[in-house]
Amino acid sequence: MNIHEYQAKEIFARYGIPVPPGRVATSPAEAKKIAAELGKPVVVKAQVHVGGRGKAGGIKFGATPSEAEKAASQVLGMKIKGLTVGKVLVTTSIDVATESYLGVVVDRRAKKPVFMASPAGGVDIEEVARTTPEKIFKMHVDPCMGLLPYQSRFLASKLDQDSKLRGQIASIAHKLWRVFWETDCSLAEINPLVKTKDGQIIALDAKINLDDNALDRHPDLEAMREGESEHDRMAREMGLSYVKLEGSIGCCVNGAGLAMATMDLIKHYGGEPANFLDIGGSSSPDKVLTAMRIICSDPGVKAVFFNIFGGITRCDDVATGIVTALKEIDVKAPIVIRLTGTNEEKAREILGKANLRATTLMDEGVRQVLKIAQEGVS
Amino acid sequence: MSILVDEKTRVIVQGITGRDGSFHAKAMLDYGTKVVAGATPGKGGTECVGVPVFDSVHEARESTGANTSVAYVPAAFAADAVHEAFDAGIELVVCITEGIPTSEVMRIYGKMKALGVRMIGPNCPGIISPGKCKVGIMPAHIHSPGNVGVVSRSGTLTYEVVNQLTAAGLGQSTCMGIGGDPIIGTNFIDALTLFDADPETKAVVLIGEIGGTDEEEAAEFIKSEISKPVVGFVAGQTAPPGKRMGHAGAIVSGGTGTAKEKIEAFKRAGIAVADIPSQISTLVAGLIKTA
Repeated sequence: MNIHEYQAKEIFARYGIPVPPGRVATSPAEAKKIAAELGKPVVVKAQVHVGGRGKAGGIKFGATPSEAEKAASQVLGMKIKGLTVGKVLVTTSIDVATESYLGVVVDRRAKKPVFMASPAGGVDIEEVARTTPEKIFKMHVDPCMGLLPYQSRFLASKLDQDSKLRGQIASIAHKLWRVFWETDCSLAEINPLVKTKDGQIIALDAKINLDDNALDRHPDLEAMREGESEHDRMAREMGLSYVKLEGSIGCCVNGAGLAMATMDLIKHYGGEPANFLDIGGSSSPDKVLTAMRIICSDPGVKAVFFNIFGGITRCDDVATGIVTALKEIDVKAPIVIRLTGTNEEKAREILGKANLRATTLMDEGVRQVLKIAQEGVS
Repeated sequence: MSILVDEKTRVIVQGITGRDGSFHAKAMLDYGTKVVAGATPGKGGTECVGVPVFDSVHEARESTGANTSVAYVPAAFAADAVHEAFDAGIELVVCITEGIPTSEVMRIYGKMKALGVRMIGPNCPGIISPGKCKVGIMPAHIHSPGNVGVVSRSGTLTYEVVNQLTAAGLGQSTCMGIGGDPIIGTNFIDALTLFDADPETKAVVLIGEIGGTDEEEAAEFIKSEISKPVVGFVAGQTAPPGKRMGHAGAIVSGGTGTAKEKIEAFKRAGIAVADIPSQISTLVAGLIKTA
């Protein structure tokens, strides 16, 4: 799960990482009030779950509260990479002397967290990694030991030459490690970490991605979930994995790998998938019903393809779900079903009573659904 | 022969008294797997599906001489279950559970390497050596004994492929699901090393997906170290970047982990790549014939 900068800064502040003072606003008037309270020039920053806000015009300066109000009125409601800005962070403007980078991420290859420090801050770190990899210093952390003091010192030594400031940076590195480990992050990043003109080290920006698998044990972080579409929420609450795409063939599959392979096969035969949807292992008719509600409310869907390989998933459960969905929802799109495996015969019986048929081969099913979608008939 | 599990494998089922645990313990017994004990805290001294249940893995191993465990334990307790099995002297733990926090899996991985033991998974269907032993949740009837090794990050996609192999008369030596999480105990290279050393295995099917760089590393390894023919497939060519596709590990992030890169890495390494799953069995048949 991604959280906004203002939420990440709240977490940073809890752990004692210095951040500029500020608050989040949802209206220009509110932004003006916050700027007045801060009593200094401010920066108004769009809160959206994508990078590149600055370039897109989502970060604006406001010397006075009125200017902050104007900046907020421009940023609120704007679209950045397809996402509408609903909130802005109004935060004190900082006189920056130098910018650097400090972050922790899970290194899948090493199977350990890796700390990264770079004096080339304020720009996309992946870009730095591509163009000037020598400017990134890495330090793997033993998950059983945590970040050791010498490691914090090493990272700090790469970011500043002043021994006093190195102490501040090492302390921030240690706190960032605690944020990463104790809140179960997959990424915790300060970019840029700045030295101010009066010699303070401050986290000017904050980015945190949380491990979805760990949210159950962090209800306070789960409560930070924002910007989720109605469909995404429905899917999550029912235990389905759903990702909307732009094509016309709705997909309902059991298992993530098979679901991806199904999308790919649709593309292979000349179609475009409308979504990724994995109904998960232990399917119930309810899950299938919810899946159908989500898929059928996508106006781009011209036909729906079920691809079920029964293992733990029982084909008869899926069949019952399909028949129920056809009764309860106004399903306009034609349906093609492929199922095989556990309780396949029972499933065919259930479908047969509702005048539905199912194929056993995946390729055949995909070709059928594409033909039907093209012809626009069921 | 086969890899990791066979007739000599003696299995403890962790979480045997749960709904999934008891169901699959029975299915494994029906297949002929030597399920010798169950372990559920607080249920020691009872019996489940005809198998004695112990309070701890330690007691279960002492009493039965088990060497393998399979964990059907809810995500919140699964990491503890794996640690318990390792500390009790179990050499191979198959962790079926989905949803274990990555931080926990990283710690398990550290312990696994320190002890020189092995975990398969988490978030996987398990491992089966057809006709000999099944440790996991895969539907048994689609498998048949033979010479093809299968290793995959997926569950149902593996069933799909195995089903087609069996239908084409290509039996399997061992089929292993290594799991869909970002950090897993056994990776492609581990599986390939074992298959290469197994005299029964004549060819290997490797089923990858988007996310991470395991496939790329496997490709390099195959080129330099593996003598047997390998057929590769990568799921997720149509997956958009930045979105998690069901599996916690199936995400293209920062431009890395795309299906395109993985397929290119396979091709550079001289691996036969199937464009669609239904081509896999044909490719395997061709390679076995010419090998």
